[in-house]
Amino acid sequence: MSTASGKSKFAIEVEGVECRYGERVVLTNVSFAVKPSEIFFIIGGNGCGKSTLLRHLIGLKQPGQGQVKYFGRDFTHADRAGRQELLRTFGVLYQNGALWSSMTLAENVALPLELYTQLDRRERARIVSLKLAQVGLAGLEDYYPVELSGGMKRRAGLARALALDPAIVFFDEPSAGLDPITSLKLDELIRQIRDTLGTTIVIVSHELPSIFDIADRVVMIDSGARGVIAEGEPNQLREASPDQRVREFLNRRVAAVQQQQGLLHP
Amino acid sequence: MIITPAQVATSRDGEVVTLCLSGNWQITASPPRWEEPALDRPLRRIVLQAAAIGDWDSSLALYLSAARTWSGQQGVELVEQGVPAEVGRLAALLAPKPTPPAPQPQLADLVASLGQATHQLWQETKDLAQLLGECAYSLGRFIRGQAQFRWRDCFTEMQQCGALALPIVGLISFLVGVIMAYQAAVQLRQFGADIYVADLVGLSVVREMGPMMAAIVLAGRTGAAFAATLGNMQANEEIDALETLGVSPIDFLVMPRIMALFLMMPLLALYADFLGIMGGLVVTASILDIPSSLYWIETKSIIDLSDLSTGLIKAATFGLIIGLCACLRGLQAERSAVGAGRAATAAVVTSTLLIIVSDAVFAVIFNILGW
Repeated sequence: MSTASGKSKFAIEVEGVECRYGERVVLTNVSFAVKPSEIFFIIGGNGCGKSTLLRHLIGLKQPGQGQVKYFGRDFTHADRAGRQELLRTFGVLYQNGALWSSMTLAENVALPLELYTQLDRRERARIVSLKLAQVGLAGLEDYYPVELSGGMKRRAGLARALALDPAIVFFDEPSAGLDPITSLKLDELIRQIRDTLGTTIVIVSHELPSIFDIADRVVMIDSGARGVIAEGEPNQLREASPDQRVREFLNRRVAAVQQQQGLLHP
Repeated sequence: MIITPAQVATSRDGEVVTLCLSGNWQITASPPRWEEPALDRPLRRIVLQAAAIGDWDSSLALYLSAARTWSGQQGVELVEQGVPAEVGRLAALLAPKPTPPAPQPQLADLVASLGQATHQLWQETKDLAQLLGECAYSLGRFIRGQAQFRWRDCFTEMQQCGALALPIVGLISFLVGVIMAYQAAVQLRQFGADIYVADLVGLSVVREMGPMMAAIVLAGRTGAAFAATLGNMQANEEIDALETLGVSPIDFLVMPRIMALFLMMPLLALYADFLGIMGGLVVTASILDIPSSLYWIETKSIIDLSDLSTGLIKAATFGLIIGLCACLRGLQAERSAVGAGRAATAAVVTSTLLIIVSDAVFAVIFNILGW
């Protein structure tokens, strides 16, 4: 597994980040830190900016203000070489796998190895087989993404994200659209990866079963507050968060007055 | 199952009108619409009795809402009897709400439209220039051996835009040669200058029509495919996946495609030239009775290397234009299902326009150079 600098006690530090969606500022002054080998969830309602925040964390968008650090090294303001190096410390599993559709699964997983390692073709093929077996897709090397189900695509995307054994893996809504059993298996797989490899896991999601099942800590963002409204262990926040929005979200319950309005009286 | 149609029985007793609703109120079975009671006599109250209704759906809510709105406007009391509570709540959703002020119509005048169009054109020119710059930068990395360029992808694209385009490019070029020869033959025959059909067809095809027809076909065939592919990749986050892997989409996706078009277009233009000339030859041999050998000799005598090179320079430039426009539109595509389709259309339109514009520029430049 790629070992990043061990000087910082945090795998990820987000400091005062401002996120924009187009010209619109959706989140301001977002700050939190993720410890190594932690399963950390970024949660919040639909449209609150979770995925936008993720895009800023992984470098697809540049924060208007603030910075993101990986293992103590500034990613936001890094030069090209430094950025390239830091990009290799994390892998990303996108919502629908984002597999390159013109390539087979083996080619998808092998590409990062081809670009960033000196391994020969045979060694690459062995790593690909290992990664696909790790996510339960052994023997499907020659399949194209279009031939896979939604859950399998996500597993294959995870195999690709794990190809270079990154220290951190980001997940964008990994359970969205999956049946409960497939979702449960994916959660187990995520925990297994963390336990086996010590990988730091950051998951953007609002799936409560997954949150209570595997999250060590969560940070909750809110569109009204345009930022972080809570950070901590999910069970603790559910029981004792001083913020009503957090308790409502984690208990899947809305206040009595709102509940009375019902569907027909939005 | 017998479906009783919805009915409304109206009765009047002095200043009170009673509407008795019955039957199954189904929106697909043309239920009765709200009819305003006559106001020729004083009306104080409407009693709406719905106790006898069977099944109901939104049509009943629509009727109730219309009744409420009308009675509210006329100041007539509406008494609802036996109306299901759910229908009452649905009808309440239809209650008229204060409408927000209508937005000011945009682009009211010609100057504003012109300004916006100019701004958009300037923006698109900047985007194209930026992509061109990024490609030049990527080319620099490629020359230094630092680009994440995959020859395998380039060869695949070369096969797609080259070998697989041969039938359609060949057919169109041959037919263009046939058409030009026919048109020329009709005119030149009147002056006994039949043999000059070979000169006209040969020069036109080699200098203009060969590269142009190949480019138009490739803009529609390959340019649209490139834009749609990249647009789909954008929607599926495949390009994001490349970027987070530290791979430049320009090196990895754009350059192989542009390179393939740049290398294949001159070859396709040569092929189109040959088939265009063959089209002319077939026409002259069949309707003008000019021997094929004579036509061929006349063609060879009139076409020199400068004619051929002007065609090839144009073809390579057209290849660059198609590649740039297609990749630009693909990368600009919206992240939605319609994005790829729009990108493909925009790629064809933009590249065709720029091909024609650049051809006109070439005409001026070659004229100045005396080629």
